[in-house]
Amino acid sequence: MLSRVADSIYWMNRYVERAENVARFVEVNLNLLLDTSVAGMTEQWEPLVTTTGDRDRFKARYGDASAHNVLKFLTFDSEYSNSILSCVKSARENARAVRETISSEMWEQVNSFYLWVKEAANTEISAEQLYSFYPEVKTASHLFAGVMEATMAHNEGWNFGRLGRLLERADKTARILDVKYYILLPSVRDVGTPLDELQWIALLKSASAYEMYRKRQRRVTPEGITKFLILDPEFPRSIQFCLLQAERSLHQITGTTIGSWCNSSERTLGRLRSELEYMTLDEVFDMGLHEFLDKLQTRLNTVGEHIYEDFMAVPLAS
Amino acid sequence: MACLDTYDPGDFYDELFQAKGTPRPAAAELVRRIQSLPLKELQRRQEAAQKMLFKLGVTFNVYSDNQGTERIFPFDVIPRFVPYSEWEWLEKGLKQRIEALNCFIHDIYNDQKIIKDQVIAREAIETAPGYLRPCMGLQPPKGIWCHITGTDLVKDQDGRWYVLEDNLRCPSGVSYVLENRRVMKSSFPGFFDALDIQPVDDYASQLLEALLNLAPSNLSDPCVVVLSPGIYNSAYFEHSFLAQQMGTELVEGRDLVVTDGYLQMRTTKGLRRVDVIYRRIDDDFLDPQAFRADSMLGVSGLMEVYRKGRVAIANAPGTGVADDKMIYAYVPEMIRYYLGEEQILPNVPTYLCEDPKQREYVLAHLDELVVKATNASGGYGMLMGPHATAAERAVFAEKIQADPRNYIAQPTLKLSRVPTLIDGQFEGCHVDLRPFILYGRDVYVNPGGLTRVALRRGSLVVNSSQGGGSKDTWVVKEGTC
Repeated sequence: MLSRVADSIYWMNRYVERAENVARFVEVNLNLLLDTSVAGMTEQWEPLVTTTGDRDRFKARYGDASAHNVLKFLTFDSEYSNSILSCVKSARENARAVRETISSEMWEQVNSFYLWVKEAANTEISAEQLYSFYPEVKTASHLFAGVMEATMAHNEGWNFGRLGRLLERADKTARILDVKYYILLPSVRDVGTPLDELQWIALLKSASAYEMYRKRQRRVTPEGITKFLILDPEFPRSIQFCLLQAERSLHQITGTTIGSWCNSSERTLGRLRSELEYMTLDEVFDMGLHEFLDKLQTRLNTVGEHIYEDFMAVPLAS
Repeated sequence: MACLDTYDPGDFYDELFQAKGTPRPAAAELVRRIQSLPLKELQRRQEAAQKMLFKLGVTFNVYSDNQGTERIFPFDVIPRFVPYSEWEWLEKGLKQRIEALNCFIHDIYNDQKIIKDQVIAREAIETAPGYLRPCMGLQPPKGIWCHITGTDLVKDQDGRWYVLEDNLRCPSGVSYVLENRRVMKSSFPGFFDALDIQPVDDYASQLLEALLNLAPSNLSDPCVVVLSPGIYNSAYFEHSFLAQQMGTELVEGRDLVVTDGYLQMRTTKGLRRVDVIYRRIDDDFLDPQAFRADSMLGVSGLMEVYRKGRVAIANAPGTGVADDKMIYAYVPEMIRYYLGEEQILPNVPTYLCEDPKQREYVLAHLDELVVKATNASGGYGMLMGPHATAAERAVFAEKIQADPRNYIAQPTLKLSRVPTLIDGQFEGCHVDLRPFILYGRDVYVNPGGLTRVALRRGSLVVNSSQGGGSKDTWVVKEGTC
């Protein structure tokens, strides 16, 4: 398939997934807020901005990390390229460039998704409405993934799309865990308190992981949750699951068997996946959770760069 | 009840009514069915249809508009009606015209018999901006130059059809024909049950066949692509739609490269050879080596590959010469010269400003005539004499005298009208018709075509860039209606 088309399908999926995950970040914080007043804890919005990696841009444009500013920045800021509005817009732009390759249903879904977010951005949304807005962003993203699963041939383009979505999700699950790390930092003394448990549950819920976690681990502990979200091979938002499935798609594209590699994308992704497979939780904590997640994100970026070089930037023969 | 009773066709040829309250006999059943729906219901379906088009992303981009740039082509649910008997005649006329035009283009880029036999002056052809010297001596596959044509037709006050202009370079609009029909089917399924409306849906298959017809016969799976300038082009939706409907790749210039003597596209698995291009970019931009050196849209070296017969291009480069409005005036002679026939479909009477006598007449009658630049399209570069101010006419008089070759003039036609829903009531709006003709193994005419409608009250300009909208065109077999 055309390199440009592969690139667009890959990014269309990454952007939809990214929008969904921004909604997840925000939602976990909004839900926490509902309980913090009871527990006498102050609102914390700054960690959200920090985990996006775009803290400086936020500071320059907004200054104070108030709820209003942070929500606006992450949700409807058309000049911030990772806001929900911008992500959905980019997803749609990419979809528009490959409409002939994807199914009409996929296009219609991403187009209505965009028109809906755009309308929400143009009307003043009340704080109450925000509580239903973010879950709807998640639903729209799920719809898109489902429509793609059910209406597009599971061909090369589909695999590129899946690759994009899973790499994005792995990165964002890492960041969601990181948010918790930042929120915990100033209040180490809260560890083990009821509030702490509430926070961990909220975190699980933001990754739609609460129920699945309960079935697997029962008791809510930081170790259990970290293990679940990083190393569980079956839960679809765990980092390890994402890497396993992304690797499958990558090998479907090239036709190489898993366990061997024919280009840098396969080599870097395969290495990362197998390292996680043989990693213990102790090793993660020895390294420090934040440092571990940070490194992981860097390596995911490297995989993305190799995918671009191996498939999208085809050099001219002449 | 939809209040068509009080609808007044006025002093125009109306496609549905011969007089106030009296539908044309052929259209009586259609009118009765429209009448049976309350006006509110029609409006509701109109709104639903527009919403559906927006959701489907059936949009065009506006060059001059910085805002978001995508709009839907306004759509009206009252269909344009063409009786089948009339259509059969139109079809014959269009086929004749396309055959003659194809002979003409082949001739002027090769033997130039028509010039040698003094039917058309060499100068008339060589001064046409669409005439491209680098195309001399080209022998396109199967001798076909104009694979896809959209011919603009109008009906005058007397109910006679005329050809207004030919579009042979890369005519657009067929995606609206197909999508409008899809929307109409879901809005008025009952009408389709009751009336024998000619289907339009085989266009994509016919187009694909016409393109495959150009590939070398020894290839088992030739690679056909649609070449688009990209998502910012006004007709991008159509490019992508046609590629999707045909199951071909949609490529941009940056996806293509000429290496090893062949045209190739960049894929995830390396370079792949391209055999047939349906190009939706202008001649000038096709190849910076052969034409405009500053083109970013085309492919360097493409014409050399084409000349060697290693890739087919539809429409062939050079066909734009026939879009020239002065060349248009010679089509009746072409039909006589190449086919030995008289034209079936008449041209609008045309004054060539280059001819001193005709120019004199034009300048003396500017308040009655429509003046058009010979190489412009899209409703640009026009003077509508009767509606223009004295100052505007003076400006055009100067322009004509400065560059007579660049202008033609035609009498102001009273374009036919069709009832159209505007602000909750019916208004008679002027329409034209662009049928799409494919030249493959045979010549195929998609039944109906794009009806464009001037939505501004009294306006005669139907172009999408100038406030026009569209209607579905129904070619209906008699006896059923």
